[in-house]
Amino acid sequence: MGLVDKGRMPAPLTKLFNMSRSYSLWVYQWGLACCAIEMGAAFGSPRYDVMRLGVIPLPASPRQADFVCISGTVTDKMAPAVRRLWEQMPEPKYAISMGSCANCGGPYWDSYSVTKGVDQIIPIDVYIPGCPPRPEALLEGIVLLQQRIKNEDMAAKWRGEEFTSLQTTRERERVANQPAAVEPVAAREPIVVGGGPIE
Amino acid sequence: MTVLSDRQQLSYIASQAADARLNVELETEGMTLNIGPQHPATHGTLRIICRLDGEQVVWAEPSAGYMHRGYEKLTEVRTFPQVTTLVNRIDWLGSFANEVPFILAAEKLMEIEAPPRAQVIRTILFELSRIANVSLFLGDLGVQMGAITPVFLAFRDREYVLNLIESATGGRFHPNFDRIGGLKDDLPAGWIDETRQVMVKLREFCDIIEDLLFGNEIFQSRMRGIGIIPADVAKDYGLSGANLRASGVDFDLRRDQQLPMAWDKADWKVWTHPDGDSFARCWVRLQETRESCKIVEQLLDQVPAGPIMTKVPRIIKVPEGEAWVSTENPLGEMGYYVVSKGDLGPFRVKIRSASFNNISIVPWALKGVYVPDIITILASLYFILGDIDR
Ligand code: SF4
Repeated sequence: MGLVDKGRMPAPLTKLFNMSRSYSLWVYQWGLACCAIEMGAAFGSPRYDVMRLGVIPLPASPRQADFVCISGTVTDKMAPAVRRLWEQMPEPKYAISMGSCANCGGPYWDSYSVTKGVDQIIPIDVYIPGCPPRPEALLEGIVLLQQRIKNEDMAAKWRGEEFTSLQTTRERERVANQPAAVEPVAAREPIVVGGGPIE
Repeated sequence: MTVLSDRQQLSYIASQAADARLNVELETEGMTLNIGPQHPATHGTLRIICRLDGEQVVWAEPSAGYMHRGYEKLTEVRTFPQVTTLVNRIDWLGSFANEVPFILAAEKLMEIEAPPRAQVIRTILFELSRIANVSLFLGDLGVQMGAITPVFLAFRDREYVLNLIESATGGRFHPNFDRIGGLKDDLPAGWIDETRQVMVKLREFCDIIEDLLFGNEIFQSRMRGIGIIPADVAKDYGLSGANLRASGVDFDLRRDQQLPMAWDKADWKVWTHPDGDSFARCWVRLQETRESCKIVEQLLDQVPAGPIMTKVPRIIKVPEGEAWVSTENPLGEMGYYVVSKGDLGPFRVKIRSASFNNISIVPWALKGVYVPDIITILASLYFILGDIDR
């Protein structure tokens, strides 16, 4: 794919790639605490059945996973393992942080042994609030992640940039072509479930 | 004694020597196997370091602390009603059961008692959380042995129980429903009939699991005679709950101590098993689930009318003193030692959780077993990481 090597991809091709990627996600379940049970209910139970969304749970190792669902309390002792897991995953990779503990420390906001927010260690794409979030909330988070993937500018990813949406790229091009200085657009905006419309 | 000819003796010696040579050639250096910290078989983030000789474990050591969230320190900066929010999350599968001993300890210090209606509802919810807890254990048991089907059944039927807990308390599994002096709310309308129907479903689930899993030949051959814990060893290590009863010790705090709860109003049985192996531990849990259904069904007929809250001051100050209350939680004995200095919050809370003691036997139980048996022994000991590390 010469186009890809040059870092330029026609928009229809990007769309096609993104759609295929977003409906064949292997998820690595990094269940740490109580939220892991709700994650298990979402991924493993017949009532919620995550596979209809095109998400396949239980890869054999993080090296085969497309995104990781960090659910539960990350403690300071666990943090290096989480970082190592993230580094083992191949690009393109995404992360969902499930539960207040993983988002910000949750009920342990003043504990001496809890890492307040897994986003101190790895970049997070979708935050799911709740203690624990219902399985439906996790499913919505996954749908939002899929929408985010569908909107991603693959060329920017190949250039090694952070997550850039197609809209951001278009905006940047417009700004670059304009002579007047306009405020740069923030590249990476995380999505919060229930936090208003997404791009 | 048979007399061997010289020729036989010589051939015996020769064969032994050949064996010995072979063994020297095949002797392994030994290796260290690290299981965890994240491994499906460890119910979370337990890490176990095993020293192997070939397929046999010579030495095993659990490394806890990956889920240490500092409960005991946090309780010192929370008020009494706030502590239940925290202790919910110790054993996250049977959350309501965690609140009860703490609330009872606080009530003991304040010298009040919940009204009879609250006591019965408390006991029902306690047993429901036991069912929710153990049914997932029974389903998970299959997964650890490579059978995926039971876990789907468990998740399906557990949802019914969670729905009940949710409709009564508002939370799927962190209800935070118990209050000092009673309960937060009364039961919703129609809850009792619904619970009766769910209990029938849960009994069916137990029957299915018994057929599917406990009657399975592979399951039996992987569980029977594996990881035998004799009664005296079990007592020495401070095991409790089904792990202790599976070693033949008839000990159940629900029956053996007087608490302001309603277990004595129902007719039920404490199951024990003489074998002490992995199979016995799982079997006792299965029977306990049935007993819990029985308790719930009987108590549903006896919910008395009346208030659900006694008179407590708006701002709860617990008088100075110390109290220890423990109950028979889904995982075993769970107790709180509460020290109060007459403030809004406790001065110190010591939490005795069952799993911490239950896994202390792992180095003993894993010595000399084969690698596949590590998983079955750990699965049958049944621990929850929040309960170990707190
Ligand atoms: S957010 Fe709540 S439910 Fe989830 S791991 Fe933390 S304490 Fe447990």
